[in-house]
Amino acid sequence: MKIKGRAISRGKAEGEALVSTEAIGFLGEVDTKTGVVVNPKHPLFRKCMAGKILVFPRGRGSTVGSYALYQLKKNGKAPNAIVNEEAEVIVAVGAIISEIPMVDKLEKRGFKLIKNGSKVVVDGDKGIVEVMR
Amino acid sequence: MHLSREEEDILGGEHGVAAAKSMEILLAICKIFGAEKLIPVTSAQISGVSYKTVGDAGLEFLQSFAKDGRVRIPSYLNPCGMDLEEWKRMGFPKDFARKQLRIIQAYQKMGVESTCTCTPYLIGILPKKGEHIAWSESSAVIFANSALGARTNRESGMSALASAITGRTPYFGYHLDENRIAEVVFDVKVKLEDMSDFGALGIYAGGIAKQRVVAFEGMEDFTVDEVKALGAALAASGSVALFFIEGVTSEWRVVGKPERVEFGGRELKETKESLNSSKDAELIAIGCPHCSLEEIKEIAEKLRGKKLKRKLWVCTARKIKTKADKLGLTRIIEEAGGRVVSDTCMVVSPIEDMNFKRTAVNSGKAAHYLPSFCKQKVLFGSLKDILE
Repeated sequence: MKIKGRAISRGKAEGEALVSTEAIGFLGEVDTKTGVVVNPKHPLFRKCMAGKILVFPRGRGSTVGSYALYQLKKNGKAPNAIVNEEAEVIVAVGAIISEIPMVDKLEKRGFKLIKNGSKVVVDGDKGIVEVMR
Repeated sequence: MHLSREEEDILGGEHGVAAAKSMEILLAICKIFGAEKLIPVTSAQISGVSYKTVGDAGLEFLQSFAKDGRVRIPSYLNPCGMDLEEWKRMGFPKDFARKQLRIIQAYQKMGVESTCTCTPYLIGILPKKGEHIAWSESSAVIFANSALGARTNRESGMSALASAITGRTPYFGYHLDENRIAEVVFDVKVKLEDMSDFGALGIYAGGIAKQRVVAFEGMEDFTVDEVKALGAALAASGSVALFFIEGVTSEWRVVGKPERVEFGGRELKETKESLNSSKDAELIAIGCPHCSLEEIKEIAEKLRGKKLKRKLWVCTARKIKTKADKLGLTRIIEEAGGRVVSDTCMVVSPIEDMNFKRTAVNSGKAAHYLPSFCKQKVLFGSLKDILE
């Protein structure tokens, strides 16, 4: 199933979806050395985002979070791509400088159709997310 | 969205990798905020300079961006984490200093001037009324918008750098007339005596206004430095980017029926109390935002022939310190046991790692940030109170 969205950061990637119902602050909530969510109150606590298609509503917290995303990428622990319900600047900038494809604002409540573990292809050039199964 | 030929070229990578990424960042911001085009800006002021705030992640990013990123417009740095000339003598940790210097070098390679000040407007960087700029230090943003009538959004360090490299900014927010209208009016019913009173008003008003444009009525008799202190506090406790003062600021747009709030003696006293968490201090820190030459003169006058029992930092831009040196003001302050510190301030330097636990300030902004950013207990009072 192909879902049209809005292109935020260029590039194309695929992987298994890791879905969060809550916003993520990359500075403080994620260990940039391991890619693991370290905030015990977060629904993704102890989950690793490396190599996944990270699906979450939006970013939150410090603007330095953009650099934290960049560091995840340098450490090889970044998600392959990002899908947001609605992008904000911290994650958008972080994705762009880290060359992580990113799409937001999926049509027809498409954001809710992506389930944990689904195989997903994100096209950040065209703004399309394809959910394989 | 319409892009010019040149903007298309930058996006396509014809001006290098950093420029292409900068353009991509600005276009993403356009999408997020519904801006339909980019407009030229005449200067950029870039935050995210202190190693303490950007960390290794920021350092690595800046070094990679500096490979081919070059600024197209005059661009200036916010304060970094230490005095770039005196850091050794002041006891800044070595590892911190090493990384801080690399950050500065990366920005210099890109062509950003290492002004390292939050008050570019005090060292001759004075955008004119209506001029579009991309500044990121929140106290400089609010001063430029309000006192100078220039136009800037509250940029992040990253978006201001993207503007520096492309010479453009997304056209939305405070660049547009329709968003420069006061939504909350404060009626000031108490006489504000000094900088700390203006800071307290800013903290109180910012807490109520949040991100809205603010107007003040009933304020009279104040200095540029007091307006600077008011704006900095407004931008710290709220995320205010623009305020008007009746009869003073070149813009005054209050339409319809905005929310009205009174600020009297009780509000002033309660706000000042709420910012106080200590009765004593190891460090007296003045210059948030950075001191003007007039403030340094006032401090020197108060200290002439005296000996301080506590450490004193007077934080200012290097250009202003050079003037203070020539006028003999630095010597008076040093003879009293204080220091005139450049390039940094008490908030972005690692004072919590330099054996300071309690800091005395006359700045509402510093009193607001020191407990969380620097783990300090705060003594907040007038210049006279904290020097005694």
